[in-house]
Amino acid sequence: MIPRYQTILFSVLLAASAVMGVVLWQLRDRAHQRLLSNQDSAPTQAPQVAQAEQATLLVANDADSSLLTQVQSLPLSQDPGARARAILGKLLDLYAAPGAAHPVPGGANSIAQVFLMPAPNLESPSASPANPSDPTSPQLAVVNLTGSFAAAHPSGLETETLTLLSICGTLHANLPRVAQVRFLVDGQSRPTLAGHADLTRTYLTAAAPSEAARP
Amino acid sequence: MPSTKPMLNGLVAAVAAVGLAGSITVAQQAPPAPAPPPARFVVVLDAAHGGDDPGGKLSGGEAEKSLTLALSVRLRSLLAARGIQVVTTRESDSTLDLDRRAEIANRARAQACLSLHASESGSGIHLFVSSLPPAQPGRVAAWKTAQAASVTRSLALAGTLNSALLHAGISVTLARANLPAVDSMTCPAVAVELAPESAHSSGSSQPTPEPLDDPAYQARVAEALAAALLEWRTEVHQP
Repeated sequence: MIPRYQTILFSVLLAASAVMGVVLWQLRDRAHQRLLSNQDSAPTQAPQVAQAEQATLLVANDADSSLLTQVQSLPLSQDPGARARAILGKLLDLYAAPGAAHPVPGGANSIAQVFLMPAPNLESPSASPANPSDPTSPQLAVVNLTGSFAAAHPSGLETETLTLLSICGTLHANLPRVAQVRFLVDGQSRPTLAGHADLTRTYLTAAAPSEAARP
Repeated sequence: MPSTKPMLNGLVAAVAAVGLAGSITVAQQAPPAPAPPPARFVVVLDAAHGGDDPGGKLSGGEAEKSLTLALSVRLRSLLAARGIQVVTTRESDSTLDLDRRAEIANRARAQACLSLHASESGSGIHLFVSSLPPAQPGRVAAWKTAQAASVTRSLALAGTLNSALLHAGISVTLARANLPAVDSMTCPAVAVELAPESAHSSGSSQPTPEPLDDPAYQARVAEALAAALLEWRTEVHQP
């Protein structure tokens, strides 16, 4: 048998909990209304659409292991990093298209980021890198690929090398200051792209097109 | 110097003969020095991948590591039958890192090193030489760029392989690339990548596909590579 005073205490606590729940719900609604009233969701600025520009792509061809120059028109940002990412995205879109001469799944989303920074002196690593304020100083591009792109890339010396060389050549063709390229996958260094092409080294863009020379 | 002792023996015999007879005609009667033994010619075959590293996945579900091992075994037999000493980096499905492969090749002091690969991309045979810039051989070579001193000879070896493969009717692509295992080798080294071939059979304008797992295609490639290495042995032994 439950004592009477315990029944009364339980009823009072239950009623107090219900009242507190109602009060909290009302406070939450008020706070939500206050936030909405402060937020002006009306559009005040038209979205920026970049001007379409010509970009030079070095497109790989598995049949003869060559890189062919192809000019495409696409909207490009003025920011060099975003510009590089858009151009490489277009290049990988071509590879992901049906019937591509160098089929690689993934497309534009495979380029996570492109970072541009002063190029280190490879001859003497202790020397200071190029002056970033100098508009003619060489740059290092760090291309961060997605893990899904690397996982889906066809395996083979030729196909992996062509992908890397076409990226290096395309970067240099559109951003002539880019003299060196390094590759990351999901922000981490990785030994190879898909088991063959070396990702631990710095690629020199000046050598890229000639490295895939035909016999 | 294997040829020093026979030459010294001949010289001693000649001096003894001159001392006895005091005439140059006697010296001419001395037994001729035996011909120097043929120089050692070693080929290293590196079947890429293996063990935990299957390499690429080929048509029919076969792993690249199996095909490279099969090609290595076939080529080793052909070369051994032609009297060429062969060193292989692996004889079974074992894991071997890239540094260990280069160590085996460098210890063998080989005159030719072939790194064997396979891929479903492209067609014919892809020959890759290291993209390191050529350098003069020095007393000490950096591990990751040891191939630089042999790049010129590697390009010559690739040219010999190219000629033999074309002569066998197999299409070839030559290129240069960063090749981590090959870059640490001190021998003339070429990476050979086998891809499906589209051969034109006689009497037909349509190309006949030759898949990677076709034993006849693999045998044709192995024969051409063996012929090329025989030719390379002749070039290496020319003064």
